[in-house]
Amino acid sequence: MKIIVCIKQVPDTTEVRLNPETGTLIREGVPSIINPDDKCGLEAALVLKDKYDAHVTVLTMGPTQADFALKEALAMGADEAILMTDRAFAGADTWATSLTLAKALEKMEYDLIIAGRQAIDGDTAQVGPELAEHLKIPHVSYVEALEKGDDSSLILKRKFEDGYHKVKVKMPCLITTLSEMNKPRYMKVGLVFDAHREKEIKKLTFDDLDINKEEIGLKGSPTKVKKSFTKGAKTAGKVYKDLDEKEAAKLIVEKLKEKFII
Amino acid sequence: MMDKKDYRGVFVFVEQRNKEIQNVSLELIGIGKELAENLNQKVTAVLLGNEVKEIEKLGYYGADNIIYAEDEELDIYMTEPYTKVLKEVIEDKKPEIVLFGATAIGRDVAPRLAGRIHTGLTADCTKLEINEDNNDLMMTRPAFGGNIMATIECPDHRPQMATVRPGVMKKADKDTTKRVEIEKFSVKIEEKDKTYEILEVVEEKTNKIDIQEANILVSGGRGVGNPDNFKLLEDTAQILGGVVSSSRAAVDSDWMPKEVQVGQTGKTVRPDLYIACGISGAIQHLAGMEESEFIVAVNKDETAPIFEASDVGIVGDLNKVLPALNQELKKLKEEKEAL
Amino acid sequence: MNFNFTDEQKLLKKLYKEFTENEVEPIAGEIDEEERFPVETVEKMKNNGMLGIPFPKKYGGQGGDNQAYVMLVEELSKACGTTGVIVSAHTSLCCAPIYEFGTEEQKQKYLVPLAKGEKLGAFGLTEANAGTDAAGQQTKAVLDGDHYILNGSKIFITNAANADIFIVMAMTDKSKGTRGISAFIVEKDYEGFSIGKKELKMGIRGSATCELIFEDVKVPKENLLGREGKGFSIAMKTLDGGRIGIAAQALGIAQGAIDETVKYVKERKQFGRSIAKFQNTQFQLADMQTKVDAARLLVYRAAFNKDNKLSYSNEAAMAKLFASEVSMEVTTKAVQLHGGYGYTREYPVERMMRDAKITEIYEGTSEVQKMVVSAHML
Repeated sequence: MKIIVCIKQVPDTTEVRLNPETGTLIREGVPSIINPDDKCGLEAALVLKDKYDAHVTVLTMGPTQADFALKEALAMGADEAILMTDRAFAGADTWATSLTLAKALEKMEYDLIIAGRQAIDGDTAQVGPELAEHLKIPHVSYVEALEKGDDSSLILKRKFEDGYHKVKVKMPCLITTLSEMNKPRYMKVGLVFDAHREKEIKKLTFDDLDINKEEIGLKGSPTKVKKSFTKGAKTAGKVYKDLDEKEAAKLIVEKLKEKFII
Repeated sequence: MMDKKDYRGVFVFVEQRNKEIQNVSLELIGIGKELAENLNQKVTAVLLGNEVKEIEKLGYYGADNIIYAEDEELDIYMTEPYTKVLKEVIEDKKPEIVLFGATAIGRDVAPRLAGRIHTGLTADCTKLEINEDNNDLMMTRPAFGGNIMATIECPDHRPQMATVRPGVMKKADKDTTKRVEIEKFSVKIEEKDKTYEILEVVEEKTNKIDIQEANILVSGGRGVGNPDNFKLLEDTAQILGGVVSSSRAAVDSDWMPKEVQVGQTGKTVRPDLYIACGISGAIQHLAGMEESEFIVAVNKDETAPIFEASDVGIVGDLNKVLPALNQELKKLKEEKEAL
Repeated sequence: MNFNFTDEQKLLKKLYKEFTENEVEPIAGEIDEEERFPVETVEKMKNNGMLGIPFPKKYGGQGGDNQAYVMLVEELSKACGTTGVIVSAHTSLCCAPIYEFGTEEQKQKYLVPLAKGEKLGAFGLTEANAGTDAAGQQTKAVLDGDHYILNGSKIFITNAANADIFIVMAMTDKSKGTRGISAFIVEKDYEGFSIGKKELKMGIRGSATCELIFEDVKVPKENLLGREGKGFSIAMKTLDGGRIGIAAQALGIAQGAIDETVKYVKERKQFGRSIAKFQNTQFQLADMQTKVDAARLLVYRAAFNKDNKLSYSNEAAMAKLFASEVSMEVTTKAVQLHGGYGYTREYPVERMMRDAKITEIYEGTSEVQKMVVSAHML
């Protein structure tokens, strides 16, 4: 069974802070991580590898530093890693990103493509389904549990807000995974060494794909960012530091009365 | 290349589950109506399902037209049949804008559809406006984990598609006198359209109050310390007539269920009062509650970012402040009742 | 000179940090309180390849190096000194001598399961009457046919109650002094070999520190490590490597204490503001971190030297001497900065202070380290 897991290296947005004076983002020192939903997707693939001896390839589209994320994936147990990197890919919205990925994937062999539901920086949850559309394969999103069925199919638990569907889908197909699905394993020390000393990360650039520059990257993106802005240091209300609990309670009640909340 | 001028109308995908129209769709009709008025156009509700109940609600909450694709095969959501039907509707009617709820269904069908018809899709919009200069839709959304806002446009492709989270937009005022014609849209779902098989449908109804409907939320984070301590918050909520919610930290530690999680990966709330107890105020959490009318924060750490968002900030121990607050509130209630 | 970690080391650090936060830190207080050896953590470390880091894959190891290994000890020790020393004693004091001095058969039979973490190792040199004066070995080993018969006892042996394999020093020829001491590989199941009482200690209370008792223990002659008479030299070289591990443990304990203190001083308020705003706090922390950073450089220099086949005995001694003394100083200051709360078991710094002390004593006291360093100079 051949599995390709699409992962994204993202800044750990839980560690990002706003500079309270300027209202701008403090980006320095923010560690880069494998997007959490993707990591769960990778774990799901590794479980299939453990059970059925599946072959797991990890793929990412990003700047050259994204190879750190790929190495982490290899150290968790992935067999192969591919980095798609090229200036031509930059500035892509989800349409252009998914199209670029599709152009690479259409040349590869796979039974199952796994993508995390959404990335914590873009938060769109769109690339997975759009990618499946470009590849013309079925997709199931919001997968919380996964088992191999017979005759080349998968049995999935597809989550909704108020319940779930038990779904059977034939491979080749694509699924998007939720972080509720599993707890990703740790890297193995020996595999960290292998990832840096034995394994080669395959690089794909624009020249390796059958596509025109206008169809991808910023040019190929139907959506364009008109402007971006930080919400600005919100004018915070007063912070009271030296009240004892009784004074604090009285103050809160006063304020709530002022606002007609009580 | 499509000619933009051919595309007119604001369409709202109406989500139904178990034949019940979901609130988020009514909220979208509200904003859809505003956008349509701005463009001098109409807002149309597009419903896929079978024997869906209370369809007239769509009119009460502002829809000018209703397109209803009714078929047994559309009763339960499946990606391909829905994508196929929506594509047919769009090709037939050529709407300028199509809005979806950012739900487990919306976030599945919208991107597949956008991929099929080659257009732009913007996710989780918190604001939708019409650009006065060129009548394009301006879609504002949080990015980078909610740390920044971006305004997106889809200048050359139609329809312009956007998803919006439940609880972000407001429903229009209900007008039960409004009657709207239902236009039936005929569909043909074939075997090959069933790209996967649903083996079982399982409902997991939770009896908890929906935190998105509550006017007062008393919310706890890591600082609450342990699950039993949430009792303090429950007491406060009870006296105020509110509901207890929590940050992601408390849910990840299994102290509170996921349904009450407020934040980027939880729910967006805009209650009249939000009391944040022992919540540090990471950006992901703020993204889910900063539109609350009045925010009170209690935290031991004076450098906690929550204080940058709160209207009243108390640096203190919630274990002391909440009981004192509960006492004060009880006193006030008794005084009121005595009158 | 490159003072930066490589990408490989950064990824390892990420792994160690996540593992420590999730698996080690939550039970650190409990295993100290209960004086319990964390068998579950050892099992998890085995599964992630953490018990044989610097040994080649063909011997069951991970194919890494000493810098990677001591980095683990440092990270683990930030949360739990006990867990750090379990790994250090196993890797440096039992696996390493077999790797460095063993025959191919001994490596296959013992190093492979040890490096895989399937078996835990320990090292027996110290005796009631032979501490710093390690040459005064009284445990005897007499060759009798196909076996050596061991008689005697060892004390203060780390990992003893849970180890499977022991490197034991014994006197084979008293007339030759230190050149009459030999090293043996002893399995815990050998008849006549028993584990004696567990010491009740000030710190690293989860570490099983016990007596080893040898009563006519038959050790196969194939288990002689190195040649007869080479035992003392093997022990000394083994301790050179072990010192780097202990230095890393001391380093981790110190850094952990600083990290806890930084958290505390931001929250604790006196006189209307957090005590982090007082210059005394700031200056103390600055001193503490500077010393710990200096210790870190010494530790990784020693590990680097060992990895690059440069001499490292002096560097290891300096690292151990400095890191352990800094660790004691820093943890003591950490308790002080916590005030009364630092003295209670509600906060981890008192445990860190208790744990730090032993690093100045075992695997060669600070005094012994000074002997090593000055011998290199004079």
